[in-house]
Amino acid sequence: MLVIICIKQVPDTTQVKIDPVTGNLVREGVPFIMNPFDTHALEEGIRLKERYGFRVVVISMGPPNTEVTLRKALARGVDEAVLLSDRAFGGADTLATSKVLAEAIIQLTQREEVAIVLCGKQTIDGDTAQVGPGIATRLGYSQLTLVDHIKDIDLQAQKVIARRKLEGREEIVKADLPAMISVVREINTPRYPTVPLRLMAEGATITIWGNKEMKLDDASIGLQGSATQVRKIFSPERAKGEILGDGITNPEEAASLLIKELKRKGLLFI
Amino acid sequence: MEASREVFWNIQFGEIVYILAVFTIIVFIYALYKRYKLWKTGIPKFKLDNIGKRLWNFTVSAFVDGIFHRRFFGSASKQGRKGIFKRLLPTDFYPGIIHYFIFIGCIILLIGSFLDFISHYFLDFMHGGFYLGYSLVTDIAGTMIIIGVILAIIRRYVEKPERLDNKREDLIALLLIMAVVVSGFLVESIRIAATELQTNPEWAPWSPTSFVLAQAFIDLNQKTLSNWHLITWWLHSLVSLGAIIYVSLYWNRLWHIIFSTLNAFFRNLDTKGILSREDFSVGRHFGVSRIDDFTWKELLDLDACTRCGRCQEVCPAFTSGKPLNPKKVIQDLREILINSTNSSSKDSQRTGAPSASNDNPSLSDVITEEVLWECTTCGACIEVCPVFIEPLTKLIGIRRYLVEMKARFPEELLNFFENIEQRSNPWGIAPSERTKWAADIDIQSFESGNTEYLFFVGCAGAFDSRNRRVTLALTQILDSAGISWGILGKDEPCCGDSLRRLGNEFVFDRMVMENIAMFREKGIKKIITQCPHCFHTLKNDYRQYDIQLDVIHHSELINNLVREGRLEIKHTGNLGNVVFHDSCYLGRYNNIYKNPRKAILKITNQLPIEMERCYDRSFCCGGGGGRMWMEESVGKHINVLRVEEALQKNADSICVCCPYCMTMFEDGLKDKGAHTKVRVMDLAEIVAKAIERGKIK
Ligand code: SF4
Ligand code: SF4
Repeated sequence: MLVIICIKQVPDTTQVKIDPVTGNLVREGVPFIMNPFDTHALEEGIRLKERYGFRVVVISMGPPNTEVTLRKALARGVDEAVLLSDRAFGGADTLATSKVLAEAIIQLTQREEVAIVLCGKQTIDGDTAQVGPGIATRLGYSQLTLVDHIKDIDLQAQKVIARRKLEGREEIVKADLPAMISVVREINTPRYPTVPLRLMAEGATITIWGNKEMKLDDASIGLQGSATQVRKIFSPERAKGEILGDGITNPEEAASLLIKELKRKGLLFI
Repeated sequence: MEASREVFWNIQFGEIVYILAVFTIIVFIYALYKRYKLWKTGIPKFKLDNIGKRLWNFTVSAFVDGIFHRRFFGSASKQGRKGIFKRLLPTDFYPGIIHYFIFIGCIILLIGSFLDFISHYFLDFMHGGFYLGYSLVTDIAGTMIIIGVILAIIRRYVEKPERLDNKREDLIALLLIMAVVVSGFLVESIRIAATELQTNPEWAPWSPTSFVLAQAFIDLNQKTLSNWHLITWWLHSLVSLGAIIYVSLYWNRLWHIIFSTLNAFFRNLDTKGILSREDFSVGRHFGVSRIDDFTWKELLDLDACTRCGRCQEVCPAFTSGKPLNPKKVIQDLREILINSTNSSSKDSQRTGAPSASNDNPSLSDVITEEVLWECTTCGACIEVCPVFIEPLTKLIGIRRYLVEMKARFPEELLNFFENIEQRSNPWGIAPSERTKWAADIDIQSFESGNTEYLFFVGCAGAFDSRNRRVTLALTQILDSAGISWGILGKDEPCCGDSLRRLGNEFVFDRMVMENIAMFREKGIKKIITQCPHCFHTLKNDYRQYDIQLDVIHHSELINNLVREGRLEIKHTGNLGNVVFHDSCYLGRYNNIYKNPRKAILKITNQLPIEMERCYDRSFCCGGGGGRMWMEESVGKHINVLRVEEALQKNADSICVCCPYCMTMFEDGLKDKGAHTKVRVMDLAEIVAKAIERGKIK
């Protein structure tokens, strides 16, 4: 039985600046990282492997340099990494992305039955949280989003019990396998890779599938297959505000200024 | 008649002693060979490099440490009357003198016996004045031993200093020495009573102690005397040889005579406490999880330990109430070594975790994780160890195993490791913010050819708001002195210090290789650092990667500039009492003690005030060895202890030379509520104030 983890390599958004003139993302020199939510999906996949003995495959769609991120996944203990990379996949929105990922999962299913597909809740570059549900819908899998705990997987009955973290409440749900589970950060603390695994990952071969292997209709993938397109990226105007004091060199003074101001506005009573 | 004595007087078949001695030597060599085999279970990684230097150092040690006992008396440096830095005040005078008496006494007696032997069989010179002088010296030597042993017994069993743990072997060792010497005195005094006192009484006082003892036997008749002499003579011979056999077979602590000497010869000649590189090829086992993962030299270290407890007494972790005790670490490891059967064959091909079938006891049960992570790598234990043992490298070896093979470490470190790997700084701040400190000044990027020095700001100097002010102060000094410098800006990496001390050698290794490639590409050769940790790492650790960087710490540089008159000192600043704190990585690791003090002297016209523990005995601020990034939940806070020490000296200002010390002292002062009265200043800030060009924020 397989557990498939979908991950994405994203620019380290804390280091991304927006060009004030063109309004474009300045990606130059910005390092790539594994989407932080996906690190939790990855960890959960490895834990499921440890709990139930699944084989764990990680897949990612992206440019060839995504290999670096896939190797990081291998270093944490997944069994196989598949990179879906083709010029034709470029420029995809969530719709076209989920199509490619779903097709890859179908192809993997032909080798071995899939029990769970794990995704991070959302990515930090697009923030849409649509790809996971998109995959589930295409494949007809149960769809469990915002999961913060996988309680049990009953392979006999083909059921999974998981807890969803919703605003102000929790929901414990039971669903049929195979299921797509998208996870929130609270689900676990990702492990730190050991050196033997890192070394293994450095030398591992990564399976690469292009559209030659996937055989998807060109019109349904990449830019062409996307229902949405990016017109312009800009940072929203900052709402009015004022910087009080100099918190870096004189935090105490800044704090007392802030207190004074809050009192003046009647927001603080001491 | 010329003074002399008859060897083997009254003894028939005395030569039997030689047969017994040969037997004893065989037992001794056999035991030593067994020990050698035990050490050989360790990794053979240890080049016997620099034989010449080794021999020279060993000889120097033999004189300075042997005859003058420098390492045993301990040497706290205190400033001399005229100002500059004399070594005074032994910290360990009492234990030193005990060891001195016993050690020198034994050496003299050994040489004495040897001379006697030579004179008897080869070249007769034991007569006349020489004989009398010889009698005097050996008699005094024996007396010194007895005094030494008595003092040792008083110290151990009456005074009971905390750093000594008493085991049976300690008492046995002292009693054996006592038995040998006392029986020797008996033989000698009975002989004197039977011969010299009757024939040449003027010779006898040349053996003063024996002479006094001889008075007790003077009334006995000749027959009884010669009987008693015969008995005590054999007793003395048998006790002496028996003692050696006993010590050999039961591994009594007296083995330290051999082991510690060997250890002095094989000691680390590199920078103290330097950690070795690891070979990261696939299929290997990393770090230390079994006793035979140590190098044979490290195993010799374990055997060389004399349990003197000096290391325990200076260890900041131990003295602040943490479970780490370097002496116990060494002793516990030694215990494992001794219990490890020689049969455990060394399979270097081993992969993954040690197999359960292994008969070597596991290290992690003995050196627990609570112990392991407390070390601040301050190097104090290495500094004080009279026999050149390095407890800290053993701890790091085990840390490596946990981090590299098990990914197990205090949870606070997870973020730290990931931040370093992803953003090359401990806080995970975006590298683009590295130049924020320079927002208001003009700075230049390092360009080979255009700028002479790379100013390696360091993570703390670039990101920590308090330490950014130090960075600015330093740039003012550099500019005032007309030094040509540039920075790497957002491309400046972390040097990797904490990674290495925390046992994350793999990431350190990869990082260093990247950093060095960049240094080479940019043509960086001369580096100024503001952080002693960057300084030590770039200077000493990077050297293992075949790059020789010319690294200078600001405290050295500033002193040079002041001395050369390149900084115009305008006023002395109103700093009040300036107390100086030696950072471990400047002082102990790199022997920089005088430079910062001289600079302070020039600027304030006064030497800084010294804390109780200063120079090589300085007490860690608690921030080294990756401790900066961990909670300190057990025992007292190390930084608070150190701040208390500074406050005792009525400090108005505390001068530090390290960003970690800065943070630790400021926190400690807040803890004591003294931060409004006492301020912490980096040397660079003091100097920048004194030259006052521009304005310090
Ligand atoms: S290096 Fe310092 S903290 Fe570590 S064991 Fe030695 S004395 Fe203790
Ligand atoms: S390691 Fe050195 S200082 Fe510590 S107890 Fe042993 S001999 Fe003494």
